[in-house]
Amino acid sequence: MYHAKVIVTLRKSILDPQGKAVEHGIHSLGYTSVENVRIGKFIEFDIDVPTQAEAEKVCREVSDKLLANPVMEDFTFVIEKKERSA
Amino acid sequence: MSSITFGIIGFPGSNCDHDAHYVAGNILQQNARLIWHKEGSLGDVDVVILPGGFSYGDYLRCGAIARFSPIMKDVVRFAKSGGIVIGICNGFQILTEAGLLPGALLRNKSLQFICRTVPLRVETTSSRFTNQCKQGEVLHIPIAHGDGNYFADEETIRHLEDNGRVLFRYCDDDGNVTPEANPNGSINNIAGIMNEEGNVLGMMPHPERASDRVLRLTDGLKIFSSALNSFGIEAPAINLFEKERSVING
Repeated sequence: MYHAKVIVTLRKSILDPQGKAVEHGIHSLGYTSVENVRIGKFIEFDIDVPTQAEAEKVCREVSDKLLANPVMEDFTFVIEKKERSA
Repeated sequence: MSSITFGIIGFPGSNCDHDAHYVAGNILQQNARLIWHKEGSLGDVDVVILPGGFSYGDYLRCGAIARFSPIMKDVVRFAKSGGIVIGICNGFQILTEAGLLPGALLRNKSLQFICRTVPLRVETTSSRFTNQCKQGEVLHIPIAHGDGNYFADEETIRHLEDNGRVLFRYCDDDGNVTPEANPNGSINNIAGIMNEEGNVLGMMPHPERASDRVLRLTDGLKIFSSALNSFGIEAPAINLFEKERSVING
């Protein structure tokens, strides 16, 4: 069993108005050193396959086909081994 | 052919399906059928409408889950075989997610949900969706969306522009396409596009909300009557609406 954590973000070339709005908020708190705020999505799930390589393959395909829209989004993920709970 | 059949797809969260059904049946006086998304086949239809709304609560991305509804396989088949498909608002988003139209609809630049009637300039009359319009004509049709900011890469935009596939652009009341007239940040003020074959239309504005004279907005009918015209059918009473509008406007 493996555990996948996928992060989906708007592609760098695309203006992220949500990120900009949050950045304004952060600056209003006085943290003017903060910049380039981008908002994304975090998705996690288990994958029941025997090997890390298979888990990565499944995660990549799911991310590419559904979790991210390649027209406007990029994704990264990490896969961790997960012990089955009793 | 004396009348055609409109199939209007209902997804969980669609909320403009009955409006589209009403326009097709009561205003255009054609056969109109609501088709639940779980059905596997469209049956015998001539035009498919993917209506507005919030299918699957806009979870993940607008239209991302609706694409996997059972009926979508047959919608894709229908579109690929040349059938006329009209995606309105959420329907447009579903068409991009399904790969039937290029690009994507991003969050409005203002981050606000915008619900108001906007002017649109008709960019070409040589399409199955605008043949009853005049070149450069300004239509007034409502928008109601939070994610209508049309985006595609430069090459796709160039291809759309060069091939007359941008049908509608946000403009001011005089037909000037300006940044101020762009409600959502869409590239080149794009409000509606069609596919390369010219049988699939996607647009963020709601023509079905501008097709009944009691609403004092009838410009949307020009889009539906254009589609009817491509079947050799003249839409009923359009001239009457024009006349009545001129009376209303004095």
